[in-house]
Amino acid sequence: MSGEADGSVVVSEDGGRRRRVHGMLKLYYGMNEEGKAEEQPESLDPCDINGPHFDPEVFLNKLRRECSLAELMDQETCMVKQIRSLDSDMQTLVYENYNKFISATDTIRKMKNDFKKMEDEMDCLSANMAAITEFSARISGTLQDQHAQITKLSGVHTLLRKLQFLFELPARLNKCLELQAYAQAVRSHRRARCVLQQYSHLPSFKGIQDDCHAIMDKLAQELRQKFRDGGSSAKDLSECVELLLQLDEPAEELCDKFLSHARSRLVSDLQGLEAEIRPYPSASTVKDASAHRLPSTAAAGSPTDASPKTSATPSPSSNTDILEFIDRGCNEFVSSLCLVITSYQELFINHAQTGELASKNIPQMANGKLHAFVDDLAAQYFSLVERRIQEEKGVADNSLLVRALDRFHRRLQAVAKLLPGSAVPNQGTEIVIRAATERVKQYLSALQSFYMDSLTDVRQALATPRLSVAGASVAGGGALLGGPTSRDAPSSLPELLSSLSASILNQIKSVLASVHLFTAKDITFSNKPYFKGEFCSQGVRESLVVSFIKFVCQSSRQFCESAGDKGGSTPPALLLLLSRLCLDYETSTISYILTLTDEQFLVQHHSPVTPVTTLCAEAREAAQKLLNHYVKVQGLIISQMLRKSVETRDWVNTIEPRNVRAVMKRVVEDTTSIDVQVGLLYEEGVRKAHSSDSSKRTFSVYSSSRQQARYAASYTPSAPMDTNLLSNIHKLFSERIDIFSSVEFNKVSVMTGIIKISLKTFLECVRLRTFGRYGLQQIQVDCHYLQMYLWRFVSDENLVHFLLDEIVGSSAHRCLDPAPMEQSVIEVICERG
Amino acid sequence: MEDDAPVIYGLEFQARALTAQTAETDAIRFLVGTQSLKFDNQIHIIDFDDENNIINKNVLLHQAGEIWHIGASPADKAVLTTCYNKTSDSRVVSCAAIWRMPSDWETGSHESPDDSAHNPQTLELLCHLDDSAHSNAACVLWEPMGDGKRVISLADNHALLWDLQESSTQATVSSTATLEGKGQLKFTSGKWSPHHNCSQLATANDTAIRGWDLRTMSQIYCIENAHGQLVRDLDFNPNRQYYLSSCGDDCKVKFWDVRNVQEPVKTLEEHSHWVWSVRYNHSHDQLVLTASSDSRLILSNMVSISSEPFGHLVDDEELSEGEDNHQEDKGKEPLKDSVVSTYEEHEDSVYAAEWSSADPWLFASLSYDGRLVINRVPRALKYRILL
Repeated sequence: MSGEADGSVVVSEDGGRRRRVHGMLKLYYGMNEEGKAEEQPESLDPCDINGPHFDPEVFLNKLRRECSLAELMDQETCMVKQIRSLDSDMQTLVYENYNKFISATDTIRKMKNDFKKMEDEMDCLSANMAAITEFSARISGTLQDQHAQITKLSGVHTLLRKLQFLFELPARLNKCLELQAYAQAVRSHRRARCVLQQYSHLPSFKGIQDDCHAIMDKLAQELRQKFRDGGSSAKDLSECVELLLQLDEPAEELCDKFLSHARSRLVSDLQGLEAEIRPYPSASTVKDASAHRLPSTAAAGSPTDASPKTSATPSPSSNTDILEFIDRGCNEFVSSLCLVITSYQELFINHAQTGELASKNIPQMANGKLHAFVDDLAAQYFSLVERRIQEEKGVADNSLLVRALDRFHRRLQAVAKLLPGSAVPNQGTEIVIRAATERVKQYLSALQSFYMDSLTDVRQALATPRLSVAGASVAGGGALLGGPTSRDAPSSLPELLSSLSASILNQIKSVLASVHLFTAKDITFSNKPYFKGEFCSQGVRESLVVSFIKFVCQSSRQFCESAGDKGGSTPPALLLLLSRLCLDYETSTISYILTLTDEQFLVQHHSPVTPVTTLCAEAREAAQKLLNHYVKVQGLIISQMLRKSVETRDWVNTIEPRNVRAVMKRVVEDTTSIDVQVGLLYEEGVRKAHSSDSSKRTFSVYSSSRQQARYAASYTPSAPMDTNLLSNIHKLFSERIDIFSSVEFNKVSVMTGIIKISLKTFLECVRLRTFGRYGLQQIQVDCHYLQMYLWRFVSDENLVHFLLDEIVGSSAHRCLDPAPMEQSVIEVICERG
Repeated sequence: MEDDAPVIYGLEFQARALTAQTAETDAIRFLVGTQSLKFDNQIHIIDFDDENNIINKNVLLHQAGEIWHIGASPADKAVLTTCYNKTSDSRVVSCAAIWRMPSDWETGSHESPDDSAHNPQTLELLCHLDDSAHSNAACVLWEPMGDGKRVISLADNHALLWDLQESSTQATVSSTATLEGKGQLKFTSGKWSPHHNCSQLATANDTAIRGWDLRTMSQIYCIENAHGQLVRDLDFNPNRQYYLSSCGDDCKVKFWDVRNVQEPVKTLEEHSHWVWSVRYNHSHDQLVLTASSDSRLILSNMVSISSEPFGHLVDDEELSEGEDNHQEDKGKEPLKDSVVSTYEEHEDSVYAAEWSSADPWLFASLSYDGRLVINRVPRALKYRILL
C-alpha cells in the first residue's frame, strides 16, 4: 500500500495525465476513494506533497516564505533524493508490466487455436444425436401395437384370477368349514364380499353370493353354536366372538349372548352357594332369590327350626361355616365374574375401540350392558351373602365372621379395579357395614340375654339356699337374745353380687374384644370412614355399651314397676342386690366401661354421645328406685302380717294377755333378717346417738309420763277436750313423718323405712277396730315388745316410740273398757317371751 | 291475690264421717259424724259463713252408736243416712239407718247457742236399713240427683237396693247383688254413678273395682288389681260418664276409663301413705281432692282427663275486651296436670274430704282427731278456670 501511495505521489507530481492514469490503476486494483477516506482531511492541504490537491506554486511560496536558505537547501537535496528513488521505482514497475503483457499475449494466441478444434467436435456430436433420435422413433413406432396388447392381457389375467377365486370361494369356504378353519373362511369371505355385493345383479355372481351367504350363514350358525355350547375355553370363545363380529353379527346380540352364557355359568355358581345356605335344597331354581328369602327368614325366625343353630356351630352336613361359604363364593363366583368381565372388556370394549366397530358406539353399549349384568348378578350374590350373614346368629366366634367379611370385601376390590364405575364395591361395603351393625345388635341382645340369664341364676341361687336363709333368719331372731350364731348362710349375697358384676364385666370385655376385630388393622374394610368413626362411636359405644347400661337400668326399673301390684314375684333380695349393683355402676363401673371402650376404639366423637354423667344419673335413679321398692316390698310383707293379725282377731272378746303374740316375734325376726340382708350390701349409715339400753330408758318414759297422762285424760268424761289438746300439743312438737319416702343408700335408712311402713299400717288397722280391755292390754304388750327390739334398727328411735305411742293411744281410744295393764307386768311378759 | 286462710273447726271427738248437705244449694253446710265409744255420738251440722269467714255449728245426738259413714239425701235437706257401730254384750254390730233431723234444729241453735252443746236435740229415726240376712253395712249411697226414694247399702258382700216409701219411714229391698268368690269377700266402699240414668254402681272390694248394672243387678266390668293393695274409695267424674277415679293403700290415685280397664288412664303418686278419699269437684271435674293418712290433703288439677281439656272456650266478645286480657292471655298457657296445692293443716290421718254442694270452690276435710278444715281453691286457679 505504502508502495502504491509512493507511486501515486510520483504520478501526481507529473501533472494531470498521470493523475488520470493513477485513477485508472486505482480502479484496476479495486481501490476506491473511500480507501483513502481517512487521509482526506490532510490531503486538502495544498502544501501536502503527497495529497491530491497539491499545488506546487503554493508549496514553493510557502517554502520560500517560511524557510531559511539552509533549510531550503536541505529541502532541495531531500527532494532531489526522493525524486531519484521514485524514478528508479517507476522504471522497475514499467519493466514488470511489460513482461506480463507479453505472456498474456502468448496465452490468448494459444486459446484461439484450441477453440477452433472444439467447434469441430461439437458439430460431429450433434450429427450423431440426430441419427439416434431418428432410430429410436422408428423402433417405438413399430413396437406400440404389441405393448398395448400385452397390457390388456395381463389385466385380463388378474381379473380371471379374481374370478377364479370367486368361483372357488364356496368350495374353499366349505373346505374351511370342514377343517374348522373359521378364521380363514371369514378372511376369505371378507375379501370377496364387496365384489359380490357390487356385481350381485349378474346371475352368476348372484349364485356365488348366495352360495357364500349360505355357507357363511352355516358358518355363523356353527360359530354361534359353538359359542352357545360354552364348553369351549375362554380363548376359543373370544375368537368366536371376534369372528362373529367380523361377520357383521349385531354386537348387541353378541353381548347379550355372551353375557347370558356367562350368566348361566355364574348362576350355577350361585345355585351352588344357595344350596349351601339352605340345608334342604328345593327343586326350584335360584333365579328369583327374593322368592326364597321368605321361607328362609321364616325358618331363621322360628326357634324350633334347626337351621339357625346349625349355622352357628360348624354343622356336619350341608351347612358350611361362613368363612367357607364366603371362600367358596369368592373363588367360584367372584373370580369367574372377574374373568367374565375381563374377557368381555377385551372383546367388546378394548378390541372394539381399535377396530372400525368403535364408530358404532359399541363400547358404550357394551359397557352399559356389562354394568347391568354385573349389577344384577352381584345383587343376587349379595342377597345370598346377606342371607348367609343373617343366619350367622351365634356370637361365639366373631373372628370367623370378620375374616369372612374381610375376604368378601377384599375380593370385591378386584371387581372394583376391573369395573371402575361400578356400584358393586360400595354395595359390598354396605353389606359389611350392615353385617357389622347387625353383629353389634346381636352382641347387645346377647349381652342382654346374658344379663337376664345371670339374673335368673341369681334368682335361683337366692331361692335354693332359701332354707338356710330362713334358718338363719330364725337363728337371727334368736341371736337377739342369745348372740350372733350363724351369719354365714346368707353371706352368699355379696358373693352373688360380686360374681354377677364380675361376670357382666367380663362379658362386656369379651364382647368388646370381639367387636374390636372389626377395626383391626389387617382388615381391609377397617380403614373405611365408617369403621373409623361412626362404627366406633355410634355403633360400639352408643348402641352397644351405652344401650346395655341403659338396658340394665331399664330392666331394673321394670322390676319395680311390674312388681308394683301384689308385691310381685321378684324376691326382695334380688331387688336389694340390683340396687347395690346399680349403685356400684354409678360410682365406678360405668366410667370404667366407657373409658375402656374409648381406649380400645379410640373413639373420636364427631356426633354427640351420651356423657358418663347421664348414665350415672340414670343408674343412680335406678338404684334409688330399686331400694325404695325394696323398702316398700319388705314393709308390705311385714305390714300384711300385722294387718292380718289385727283384722282377724276379735279384740273385744279376747283373753287376758299372757304372751307376746307370735306375729310380733315374727315381725322382729323378719326385721332382723332384713337387717342382716341389707347389712351385707349396704353400709351402716348414721343414726342419732342413743344409750346402750335405749329400750329400757325410753320405754319408761313412754309408759309413765306422757302416755299415762293421755290415758288419764281420755278416760275422764269431764274433760273430753283434753285428749285432743294433749295429743295435738304433742304432735306440734314432733315432725311430720313421711311414710313411703325415699331412703338413703345405707342400712339404717332402709330399716327405718321398713319399720315406718309396718308400724303405720299397724296404727291404721288398730283404728279400724274396737277393743275390749284385754285387747288393749294385748296391744300394750305387743307394742312394748316391738319397742324392745325395733329401736336398734332405726336412725331415730324416737320415731319408733312415737308410732308405738300412737298405736297404744289409738287402741285405748277404741277401747270399750280401757284399763291399761301395769307396766311391770308388761315388762315381765315381754321378757319372758 | 292472697288466698283466704283456712278455717279450722275442732270436734271433741274423733271423727271419720263427713258429707256435704247435698240438697242444700244456698248455704255451705257440712255434716260430720263422730266416733266415740264412751259418749253419745253426735252429728255436727257445720254452716260456713263465706262472707264473714265464720263457722256456725249445731249438734244433733246420734245415740245409736259411733258413726262410720254418713250420707245426706239429695232431695230432702233434713234426711240423712248413717252407718254406725252398735256395741252390746261385748259384741260390735254394724248397722245402717235413715234419720230425719228435727225440724227446729236451726231455730234452737239460734236462740241459745250456748245450750246447744249441752242439750242437743236428737235425730229422729225413720227406718233401719238392715234385715236379718244382711248386716255389717259399710256404706249407704243415695241415688244421685234422685228424689230421695232409692238408696243402696253395701253390707258384707251384698249390695242392696232399697225403695223408700211413706216419707222414708219404710224401706224394702227391691233387689240385691251378691259378690261371689272364694274367701270372705267384703265391699269396702262404693259409688252410685250419676250417669246412664243412674243405673250403674261401682264398688270396691280388696284390690278390685267392679261395676254393676242396677237394672239387672249384674256385674258389667271388673278392674282386677286396680290398686296394689286395698281400694279405699271411688268417685265418678260428674261430666265424663266413663271416667272413674279410685284410691287405695298403695298411696296412689288412679283414673280409669271403664271401657278399657287394662291400664289406668292416669296415676298420681303424691301421697306418702294410704289414700282414703278421692272426690271430683262437682262443676269443674279437673279439680280432684284426695285425703290421706299422711295427714295431707291434696288438690290436683287434672286438666288432661277432664271434660274441658283445653280450658274454658273464650268467646269472641271476651277477647275483644282489650289489652287487659292480652296480658292475662300470656299467663293463660294451657294448664298441665299438676298438684295445685297440698294442705297440711291436719295433724292426724285425714279420712274424708268433701266439696261443698253450694260453693264449687270450697271444700272441707276431716281428720281423725276431729279437726275439720274448710279451704278454698286458690284464687289464681279459680280465675284461670273461669276466665
